[in-house]
Amino acid sequence: MERKIRVLVAKPGLDGHDRGAKVVARAFRDAGFEVIYTGLRQTPEQIAEAALQEDVDVVALSILSGAHNTLLPRTVEALKERGMGDVLVVGGGVIPAEDIPGLKAAGIAEIFTPGTPTSQAVEFIKSHLQIQ
Amino acid sequence: MSEQQDKIAQEKARWHESRVAKTLARFPERSEQFTTNSGIPVDRLYTPADVQVDYLNDLGFPGEFPFTRGVQPTMYRGRLWTMRQYAGFGTAEDTNQRYKYLLANGQSGLSVAFDLPTQIGYDSDSPLAEGEVGKVGVAIDSLADMEVLFDGIPLDKVSTSMTINAPAAVLLAMYIAVAEKQGVSSKELKGTIQNDILKEYVARGTYIFPPAPSMRLITDIFAFCEEHVPKWNTISISGYHIREAGSTAAQEVGFTLADGIAYVEAAIKAGLKVDEFAPRLSFFFNAHNDFFEEVAKFRAARRLWAKIMKERFGAKDPKSLALRFHTQTGGSTLTAQQPMNNVVRVALQAFAAVCGGTQSLHTNSMDEALALPSEESVTVALRTQQIIAYESGAAETIDPLAGSYYVEHLTNEIEKQAKAYIDKIDSMGGAVKAIEAGYMQREIQEAAYRYQQQVERGERIVVGVNKFTQEEEPPKNLLKVDPAVRIAQIEKIKAVKARRNQDEVAARLAELRTAAQGTANLMPPILAAVKSYATLQEICDVLRDVFGEYQASEEF
Repeated sequence: MERKIRVLVAKPGLDGHDRGAKVVARAFRDAGFEVIYTGLRQTPEQIAEAALQEDVDVVALSILSGAHNTLLPRTVEALKERGMGDVLVVGGGVIPAEDIPGLKAAGIAEIFTPGTPTSQAVEFIKSHLQIQ
Repeated sequence: MSEQQDKIAQEKARWHESRVAKTLARFPERSEQFTTNSGIPVDRLYTPADVQVDYLNDLGFPGEFPFTRGVQPTMYRGRLWTMRQYAGFGTAEDTNQRYKYLLANGQSGLSVAFDLPTQIGYDSDSPLAEGEVGKVGVAIDSLADMEVLFDGIPLDKVSTSMTINAPAAVLLAMYIAVAEKQGVSSKELKGTIQNDILKEYVARGTYIFPPAPSMRLITDIFAFCEEHVPKWNTISISGYHIREAGSTAAQEVGFTLADGIAYVEAAIKAGLKVDEFAPRLSFFFNAHNDFFEEVAKFRAARRLWAKIMKERFGAKDPKSLALRFHTQTGGSTLTAQQPMNNVVRVALQAFAAVCGGTQSLHTNSMDEALALPSEESVTVALRTQQIIAYESGAAETIDPLAGSYYVEHLTNEIEKQAKAYIDKIDSMGGAVKAIEAGYMQREIQEAAYRYQQQVERGERIVVGVNKFTQEEEPPKNLLKVDPAVRIAQIEKIKAVKARRNQDEVAARLAELRTAAQGTANLMPPILAAVKSYATLQEICDVLRDVFGEYQASEEF
């Protein structure tokens, strides 16, 4: 049997808005992924540690607090430090278009902004992992 | 049903058979069934036969039980609602400038947004604050920042609402201390602290301590303010964030009032008399997209709360029975696509809040799905309220939609559903138990997911998102908070720590620790610590040490 795609949905920083993270986590589960949700207030190091422990293929970061330029690249770094540089990292939330190129250059594969259908995030992950 | 209603019901059946059926045969309706935004079934037509209203008992008169029609006898004919835009970003200096701008443009009260480190009791120099300082609100680390925030703003003239929960006691103490320096007695202060920890566990996420000590802090504030800050709204029991997290309108009312019941019970258990603190309880609701449902929601909330306070708690003072509320338009309804459309959404939502009898109102800015609002978009949002106030006519008579068969039907329906939620929560042992069991959280998540699926299947249209889409240029002129804010704050903390009396700070914090370990009211030692320029985190760390920290579940 094919191994299911394993996804860690995480909330970096102090942001308490988790409606999006929970809706996305549930959509991923309905799409057949195995999903672990970290809960609120995770540091980049805690997220990378959880990703390592859970041996995930994807880390999906939800952030609406405006701290994305700091916390998303730091999470990618923390993953690399743990030898998880090949994990697919995606982000979502209230993130201005002008910040997206910088985040992609820092190693975030895609940023999903408000209004994105969850199916689009599911398809992105599926197609990306197949290519690899 | 009265004879008249029977006759109308018969006539309605006749109309359906002779007129409607023929039309339906030729032109089917747009949908098999229609519902409100929250999923309440909506019939084709409402008549007096479809709604049971006993006018004197169910509606009554403004300013009188059951307050369905409003909390004041003259409502907006006497004084318009308070136009109160939630604002705060960067340093206290930046935000002070924005407040002066808003006051100069006709805003009538202040509403402070604090950044996340402040809301969770961390100073700007904490490693956990990296990337967050000054982002979603203003950074306040000590009394020194609060002095700057209100510099040149007379605290005996303005009323100030502060969105602060877990460390509400500390920020209220800072406000009292700033007022004292301005020569304003705490007895004259007017405003609100949100101070609603239960909805933080349910929907908003800025909790610090576990429920029991959190409830103690809240009832300590009730008791302290009754004596020392009598005009202050000691809590703003909030459905806003519950709705933003995805609840229905009825859940918003049911869960919020269930939280309210928990606070009243906690205060009574702490030895307070209901009519001593209940007049200072206030509420905070969302104004969402479905205009009629929202108007009905506000009316239903007033009626249900009045009955709860009278029948369950035996409150006598009419002020204890009257549900006064602030409204904010629905942030989660705003779209990043075609952001100008949000001006229209906000106008409709704000109109619902006014037709529903709100006491104060925040209108969201069109660019909030993209970034912090710019000055230009904040101005349009404020002007929207002014247009409703001075041009729409909605402020000239009280509760203008009363007697609409549809609105009265929805009012009854939302009250009934909200009451059923409260009964269910009672059977679980009350709001605190229901939250610890994850009940409210699960119900909200279900509703949020259902809504998202409806949007993705195209069953619900969001203009510009899943229909009427167009190619757009990325928006420009978004407000950015300079990352240097954190560096500036760290310097200010260093300066405060260098000039304060360290021995005094240590003594005040030790007194606070002793009080926290015992049962004395925590407000006096917190106020003393604040005045010694102990930082927010120093104070919260003492309390974390004694009380521990709340751990949320990770269900989804």
